[in-house]
Amino acid sequence: MTSGMAAVTSGRPILRARDVHKSFGDNEVLKGIDLDVFASEVVAILGPSGSGKSTLLRCFNQLERIDRGFVEVDGEQIGYRLSGGRLAPLGVRAVAAQRSKMGMVFQSFNLYPHMTVLQNVIEAPVGVHRIPRREAIATATDLIARVGLSDKLNAYPRQLSGGQQQRVAIARALAIRPKVLLFDEPTSALDPELVGEVLTTMRDLASQGLTMIVVTHEIGFAREAADRVVFMDGGHIVEQGRPDDVLVSPRHPRTRAFLSRFI
Amino acid sequence: MTADTPSHSPQTATGDAFDRPDDSLRNVAGAYRPIPFSRLALWAVVLLVAADFSAVVATNDNFGWPVVAEYFFSPIVLDGLFVTIWLAVVSMALGVVLGLPIAIARMSQDRLAQSLSWLFVWFFRGTPLLVQLILWYNLSFLFPSISLSIPFGPTLASWNTNDIITPVTAAIVGLALNEAAYMAEIIRGGLLSVDRGQMETAESFGMRPMRALWRIVIPQAMRSIVPPTGNQFISMIKATSLVSVIAMADLLYSVQSIYNRTFETIPMLFVAVLWYLLITSILSAVQARIERHYARGDRQIPQAAAKDRAATEQEAAG
Repeated sequence: MTSGMAAVTSGRPILRARDVHKSFGDNEVLKGIDLDVFASEVVAILGPSGSGKSTLLRCFNQLERIDRGFVEVDGEQIGYRLSGGRLAPLGVRAVAAQRSKMGMVFQSFNLYPHMTVLQNVIEAPVGVHRIPRREAIATATDLIARVGLSDKLNAYPRQLSGGQQQRVAIARALAIRPKVLLFDEPTSALDPELVGEVLTTMRDLASQGLTMIVVTHEIGFAREAADRVVFMDGGHIVEQGRPDDVLVSPRHPRTRAFLSRFI
Repeated sequence: MTADTPSHSPQTATGDAFDRPDDSLRNVAGAYRPIPFSRLALWAVVLLVAADFSAVVATNDNFGWPVVAEYFFSPIVLDGLFVTIWLAVVSMALGVVLGLPIAIARMSQDRLAQSLSWLFVWFFRGTPLLVQLILWYNLSFLFPSISLSIPFGPTLASWNTNDIITPVTAAIVGLALNEAAYMAEIIRGGLLSVDRGQMETAESFGMRPMRALWRIVIPQAMRSIVPPTGNQFISMIKATSLVSVIAMADLLYSVQSIYNRTFETIPMLFVAVLWYLLITSILSAVQARIERHYARGDRQIPQAAAKDRAATEQEAAG
């Protein structure tokens, strides 16, 4: 099903998904996904609504349980442990520990509205990673500066524009030094004039060698910033490869049909 | 009628903005402000009626104000007041402490936890508090002794029910369990009011469910939990008067014990009424402060936000 391996296939994959299936009731959303993501790689997942791309991302972070197959992050199977030939589900603590290695940016930002920008960013480092408060504040202040919001350190999310909120959400995800950074349609809930500032921030990160998996509708971003484009349709990966290949001369008719809508 | 409304005269336009002859007169800043005679008249009528009513109440000997004054701070009344307050505080605190896990259990995926919490709420919310109090007080009729044992197995410890169930314990158990059922529903409503994405986000960052509840969901739920909880606390203050039926000397029981002796029923009831009003007024003020605290992060309330901001600013600087 997977047509061709990645363009950047160097070293050990940081994320390995094999034969991932997921159903909601009778509706099978993922029908056997195989995907490798390598360190420092930026993978853009494209596809029409309902193709399963957001669900796939949520499975990576265990917000959804998969029904078949497995996902490995940093050499460790997520949600289960294989010992002595027996596959046992992990407890709440172990799952939390695995999740803490991944940063996630949501479509609707999901900042904690009762906390200031700074408090939002230090919450996981202090509360989950047990980093000393002072140190966490210093790191957070740097990260918030990096996304260009130094003057909003003590503002509350509701006092910020959508674009600013999403940049804070990115800083919050970076603050835990994630192995993989997951973006779930990060610009879909933004007013058109605010999309640019978020994409600029994401492009910066991409050029800094972070491992990113980005579910998006922004073809332009995928072409400029991604190392690889994965096109999904109907719960399958239909096509994947270098952005120039997949986006400029798609081989699969589904991909061609999808892309034609953006031209 | 020369109304001394300020600056009735037209102001001079700055620049050439008001370029037509009447434009400066049209400036709404200089508009005539009529005196609201009808509103003032209404105020006068209401104040007059209130004053007359106060005078009637104050001069009516049947109210027995001197008696009210005499007993307002009497030791028996103050003892009763003290019992009412601590009973309400303890029962309310227990109600919240029990209500929270019941609310969480009702919302959990676990069928056993769901059923048990549902059963608890169903019983304690579904029967009159008065009946519950009397049942607890008379528990020894049902179970002469209470023992801790393994079901169908050996007994570990045993007590005589009458030694455990005093008016105090019956009152606390009765009020607290009843309150827990109501608080569970209030807390559940509050938790439901928080966007599901918040819990997901916290968990996706590796927070364990209990920590995510405590740090992220509950603080946001508090905005809708506090107002009905204030209601409950005020109801609780008054509900404690029910414990007079199980011979617990609360505020109402104390004034009753006095008027049973002196036959000054109305003045003594007014002693209780005034004390109840005083406590509930204080509670309302406290509630308003708590509500302001949990409204932080809300655009509409700048003072609370500014205060909170100052606190983190200091922290960031330190």
